[in-house]
Amino acid sequence: MSFCLKNGFLVDPAAGRSGKLDLIIEDGAVAQVGADLDPTDCQVFDLEGLYVLPGLVDVHTHLREPGEEEKETIATGARAAAKGGFTSVAAMPNTKPPADQSTVINYVLSKAQAEAVVHVYPVGNITKGGKGEEMAELGELAAAGAVAFSDDGASVMNAETQRAAFEYGKLFDKVFLLHCEDANLARDGSMHEGAVSTRLGLKGIPALAEEIIVARDLQLAEATGAHIHICHVSTKRSVELIQEAKLRGVKVTAEATPHHLSLIDEDVIGFNTATKVNPPLRSRTDREALRRGVMDGTINLIATDHAPHTREEKLKEYPLAPCGMIGLETALGIILTEFYHTGLLDLLAIVELMSLRPARLLKISGGTLAPGTPADLIVVDPNLKWEVRAEDFASKSCNSPFIGKELTGKNLATMVDGRWVYFDLPPERARS
Amino acid sequence: MSFTQTRTLGARRHLLGLEDLSAAEINEVLETAIPCKEIIQREIKKLPTLRGRTVVTLFFEPSTRTRISFELAAKWLGADTVNVTVSTSSVQKGENFVDTARTIEALGADFIILRHSMAGAAHLLAENVKCRVINAGDGAREHPTQALLDIFTLKEKLGRIQGLKVAIVGDILHSRVAMSNIYGLTKLGAKVMVVGPPTLIPKGLTELGVEVEHNLDRALNEVDVVNMLRIQLERQQKGLFPSLREYARLYGLNAERLNKARKDLIVMHPGPTNLGVEITEEAATDSRSVITAQVTNGVAVRMAIFYLLNGGRANDEFLS
Repeated sequence: MSFCLKNGFLVDPAAGRSGKLDLIIEDGAVAQVGADLDPTDCQVFDLEGLYVLPGLVDVHTHLREPGEEEKETIATGARAAAKGGFTSVAAMPNTKPPADQSTVINYVLSKAQAEAVVHVYPVGNITKGGKGEEMAELGELAAAGAVAFSDDGASVMNAETQRAAFEYGKLFDKVFLLHCEDANLARDGSMHEGAVSTRLGLKGIPALAEEIIVARDLQLAEATGAHIHICHVSTKRSVELIQEAKLRGVKVTAEATPHHLSLIDEDVIGFNTATKVNPPLRSRTDREALRRGVMDGTINLIATDHAPHTREEKLKEYPLAPCGMIGLETALGIILTEFYHTGLLDLLAIVELMSLRPARLLKISGGTLAPGTPADLIVVDPNLKWEVRAEDFASKSCNSPFIGKELTGKNLATMVDGRWVYFDLPPERARS
Repeated sequence: MSFTQTRTLGARRHLLGLEDLSAAEINEVLETAIPCKEIIQREIKKLPTLRGRTVVTLFFEPSTRTRISFELAAKWLGADTVNVTVSTSSVQKGENFVDTARTIEALGADFIILRHSMAGAAHLLAENVKCRVINAGDGAREHPTQALLDIFTLKEKLGRIQGLKVAIVGDILHSRVAMSNIYGLTKLGAKVMVVGPPTLIPKGLTELGVEVEHNLDRALNEVDVVNMLRIQLERQQKGLFPSLREYARLYGLNAERLNKARKDLIVMHPGPTNLGVEITEEAATDSRSVITAQVTNGVAVRMAIFYLLNGGRANDEFLS
């Protein structure tokens, strides 16, 4: 089926386009982009007042399948992605069993092929079982289709093992996605260590736990020449360390999550376990430094760290509840609310942060709507106000601290390879 | 009468901590505890205030004195009491805390007294039951009734709280007693100093208006009151200080230190004591020690809290 998207405002930084432009979609790809295109023989949508953006790309999603299908499946996670405006997601390897062998990569790819409405790109483990001891078969994982390597959820605490992986990994030209956390400093912690953790009586996770491993891994990357990507940066000093390393020429990129860019440790007051996440919500000073990092480019991109957990798991004493919050369906709304509507970033910059740079990091398609590229796109109303409600999530889980909050800006429709996979445009937008 | 306009504890469903109580609410408890103490010194102690009510003590941590104190307070006010002790191991076996609490409420509890090893457990309980919840200690967060009885004891001895300087000595990092005392004392106009090794002082305490001191002898020269906290033996295993011997030398209250201290110093300890570690037997039984008065006052203060949470007012004539 062919489509013509008329009168929308197209934002495509990779192609250098930003303006009121029409798109014609044929055979799953963008066929034409231009002003006042005259469509023949295709379904027309009038997108007057709405924005057409390249589909968002998330380099950090936990789809939980195989092994924890009660939290999320590849099918439900992909529907959540589509609803939130993501057309591609990278699936983190800490599944059960973990993606430390090519069979698991193959399983994820075949399940995604059959059941996912968006593109799913598996990430393989750095070490066997994600245990940080022995290197996984990086070559087998890459050959099976892993787009990156990560032991997300923990750091490879043995510096020798990490160095060997960085050196050996150069054979495969894949980025290392690094969760930086010193396991000893962070042990048993529930939230950011500081005045608020003291007030709440919760064991703290010091900012140092992250910064020490960021510093170590930057040194290892510099020594080995590996390309590393620091996941979910959460502290001021981490931002500074990354900035300094970039100036020295270290091949490092970094991400921040919508929750670390919007919430702080004070949001834990009241013990809502939906606020429990790793790395923890940090201080106000850290959040401001993260925002500056996004503005000045030290932080290259936004990633969700979508981490579903069941109600039962979260209905526990705060220290016993698992870490993580879902993020795919709120990410765009949070970033538009916190950055676009505050005048900090324009839509070109937001598309770069949430679509173009994530796609380039993983060397996957997406991030642009230039003619000839796959028609992975979203239709966004950046001014629509909406309330986050537990019952509205497409995700199988609803562990979000944003429930009850109002966001401004929402994805209304998602197209993957020229097919609508999420569609919430009013019927009068369609013309025959 | 102006009293009806001020917020009263009875307007709350729960007592979860002193952090969110006003000075007026704290004073209301202290005032109400005075006639309660008179009652417990009578030969026949029973009052009908809580007749027909059921008080359940739900303890996930071992404790004798706090549980008995609550139980006596409830009984002397006429309530029926049930004690439930849940081992932490059965929780780890998969028994869900909220489920356990809902079951106890469904069995007819009007008050649940909760002791739990984890911060925030009292909040979680309060959110999931309709009955009244009194926090008897949640992890390292708060132990409000202990602080109220400490403050009541101080006021009884010294006649005031305003302007006093109180040193809390020991493992501040893991101490709910310290946190509740900090909130309660500072709200009533006292100054609080915490004393202990740097590894046992939590981050950001000075933001709560607390002074931090690492030298006990210096602290003893500056304060009116010293509250010696129990040192948990397992903290040493976590590497936060090298040995009990060294701890006792640096932070233990003994006769030698007391001899050099002012004659009207007040010595407190929330109990149970590790005699010979944070306090010697000699120091604990010194004329300046109010440790046994604390225990008796604990019952009076808890009676006052039951009475107020049940809807009573400080200046009611229930006690006459």
